[in-house]
Amino acid sequence: MSRNFALAYAAILLACAALPLLGDNSTRQLGLEFAATLTLATLWNLLAGYAGVVSIGQQAYVGLGGYLMFALVVFTDMPVLLALPLAGLACGLIAIPAGRLVFRLRGPHFAIGTWVLAEVFRLFFAQISALGGGSGMSLPIMSILAISHSRPDRLLLFYAFAATLALGANLLVFLLLRSRFGLGLTAIRDAEPAAASLGVDVMWLKRIVYIGVAAFTGLTGALIFLQNVRISPDAGFSVNDWTANIIFIVVIGGIGRIEGPLIGCLVFFGFRAAFADFGPWYLIGLGALAILIMLLQPKGIAGLLHRLLARRTARPGFANSKINRAL
Amino acid sequence: MISWLDIIVQGFLVGGFYALFATGLSLMFGVMRLVNLAHGDFIVLAAFAALALVQQFNISPLLCLILIIPLMAALGYLLQRLILNRTLGKDVLPPLLVTFGLSIVIQNFLLLTFSADSQKLPLGTLTTASISLLPGLNIGLYPLAVLIIAAAVIGALQIFLYQTKLGAAIRATSDDATTIRLMGIDNRHIFGIATALAFAVAGLAGVLMGGYTNFSPASGPQNLLFGFEAIIIGGLGNLWGTLLGGMVLGVAQAIGAEINPGYQVLAGHIAFLAILLAAPRGLFPRMAG
Amino acid sequence: MFLQTKSLTAFYGDFQALFGIDLTIEAGELVGLIGANGAGKTTLLRAITGLLPAGPDSIFFNGAPIGGMRAENLVRLGIAMVPEGRKLFPSLSVEENLKLGAASGRQGAWNLGRIFKLFPILEERRHAPATKLSGGQQQMVAIGRALMANPTLLLCDEISLGLAPIVIAEVYRALPEIRASGTAIIVVEQDIAQVMRIADRLYCLREGRVVLQGPAQSMDRHEIAQAYFGALA
Repeated sequence: MSRNFALAYAAILLACAALPLLGDNSTRQLGLEFAATLTLATLWNLLAGYAGVVSIGQQAYVGLGGYLMFALVVFTDMPVLLALPLAGLACGLIAIPAGRLVFRLRGPHFAIGTWVLAEVFRLFFAQISALGGGSGMSLPIMSILAISHSRPDRLLLFYAFAATLALGANLLVFLLLRSRFGLGLTAIRDAEPAAASLGVDVMWLKRIVYIGVAAFTGLTGALIFLQNVRISPDAGFSVNDWTANIIFIVVIGGIGRIEGPLIGCLVFFGFRAAFADFGPWYLIGLGALAILIMLLQPKGIAGLLHRLLARRTARPGFANSKINRAL
Repeated sequence: MISWLDIIVQGFLVGGFYALFATGLSLMFGVMRLVNLAHGDFIVLAAFAALALVQQFNISPLLCLILIIPLMAALGYLLQRLILNRTLGKDVLPPLLVTFGLSIVIQNFLLLTFSADSQKLPLGTLTTASISLLPGLNIGLYPLAVLIIAAAVIGALQIFLYQTKLGAAIRATSDDATTIRLMGIDNRHIFGIATALAFAVAGLAGVLMGGYTNFSPASGPQNLLFGFEAIIIGGLGNLWGTLLGGMVLGVAQAIGAEINPGYQVLAGHIAFLAILLAAPRGLFPRMAG
Repeated sequence: MFLQTKSLTAFYGDFQALFGIDLTIEAGELVGLIGANGAGKTTLLRAITGLLPAGPDSIFFNGAPIGGMRAENLVRLGIAMVPEGRKLFPSLSVEENLKLGAASGRQGAWNLGRIFKLFPILEERRHAPATKLSGGQQQMVAIGRALMANPTLLLCDEISLGLAPIVIAEVYRALPEIRASGTAIIVVEQDIAQVMRIADRLYCLREGRVVLQGPAQSMDRHEIAQAYFGALA
């Protein structure tokens, strides 16, 4: 990635982050949602686009983070702001044995396995009446007020937190990719068997990324449901909200590219603003768009932009075996 | 004691449904290493199609099978040739993402066309008839019939795959899709046939399921997960293993339900994870993941 | 000319593997194709059989342009290949593998009975899983499978690879009978001596180009070695 590109991207990211600070409450609400979504998308991109770990069960950790945070607050009277990071950490710890299980499966079966895991979490929490059972629960008022008595102040704080998460996630990906660790990841993405033969411990790398992403995702989930004040099994572990939308965002934006999630989020939120009134039609359109992009332009909008820019500044192409596509 | 036997028997019988869900999924993976994440949604689609026919023409849902099965087969063939063939290759991502997209599209299409309400195909007393083997041990005739049908379908598929020319071509294609072309056989066509078969079974599964349990536009993923679990429990590449896997899953769910109705599905998932831990390749594996 | 390639090029993605190959073979001829690993021999065969896309005017078979046609259609026209590494179907028995070779429906001198006469050991093991046979026997299955398509042009890619000399001799004993039935053959070989014994003409490839061609009898070892490895300054 060129220095100019990195600087430009960082600038755009910071601008997006600063914008809601200038707006009113509803802009900050939207900004919070945008930032949280961007964080989840960035993390999924890291997992699937860079480490080659295709999970369709990340909602497991979104809901788990939310529920663990709620549990800590409700059962131990812990201040919310302490419960948040602890919930994230706990998600990372739980991801260790959970990962052990699902990594016994390969490829597409692994993907479904992650979904089963999320379902187990969902059904489990639905059985815990102390946490609201199937209908869920709200955070105790006192815990919310302990943060601040002013709603706009709380919103600002939550927004700042979310923006930090989003920026942090992007920074993490950026730094990761430039490190030795990251070179291993890129090698996996470009040519896994070759990477393995060169001594890159593919399995270990994948597991580490899976665990790290789980913790970060859990933290994000905890924040999402903190600002939501209410959690339920169906909301916490929703496939549509935390996987389908996120996947569509990353695919449309450009999987495996650092700017992909941001582009995808901009498109997604734009679409939603324009078409959400159309209900199921909107989701059909989104799904169809993701399918078309995967078939015709697998590198997404980011890939398209890169191609157009590369033509302006001629660069040597790289060998790209199309043998397998000679159907 | 008898009531536990009854529970286990009920679980076995339900296995027939899960095996039917799983067979199409297994076929597509066996031939093309492709997992259709929308498989469960296509099963539900078939059930809704039958519902539409029943409502439109006032016929028995079972009669609809005559139309649904060939229509689903044709849909599968077209889907494979026009869309899914384009996703095949070394990368795991395209087939997963495209079929995931299809899943969302189908669910929302059904939502638009039929509303979110739970539905059931009208089969009247057919689904509640049962015989009593022992006092306290009731065998539902419908699920028994479905189990027998599942076994018959798997048996027929085995005969087809191992005793016919086309079956040999399909097995060969699953070994080596490039070399099959050197035999003068178009691999794209064979993939289409495999998916057509898978969808035909999915159509059968949808109608049979729809007559027995409630279904709605959102029930697809559940069917996918159950079918997937049956396959993994039974072992990859072994259709008879899948039948057994479905029965194991059914029994686990029945036991869970007996402890607490809310535990039914969860018990199945836990049994699946337990087997994944203890025997990662399933009970009767025949092929590498 | 039975088969002719004109300035045939071939690519793997952005990587060019063949740079303008001109090759001809007459009906009933046996042409040898030699060259170091990576020279492009297998690539050339894959282009001829349609597994690799070729330009529409690069390949002519019996005068008709076949460049760009799909492999499965070319089999029907009479071009069959014994692929590198044999590529038998492990899920199928010996007999099932052979029968699959006839799937294109071409009629001719070759059928299951005749293949079994050519390679009697295969009849004994007809129901065994094909990949459970010894290397030499598997090679016989691969050749038999290609013959079942009754080709008029047979391409053999490194059929001696991994086989003991005595087994190689046994496998090559089949070639004269195949030729006698009127089939033209292209043989890709690492074993130059073997090829020179049976070929009418020879092509030597290096780095995707033809660097030497001519009647096999009139070539000397020094010439071949030079072409094979490149001129040693």
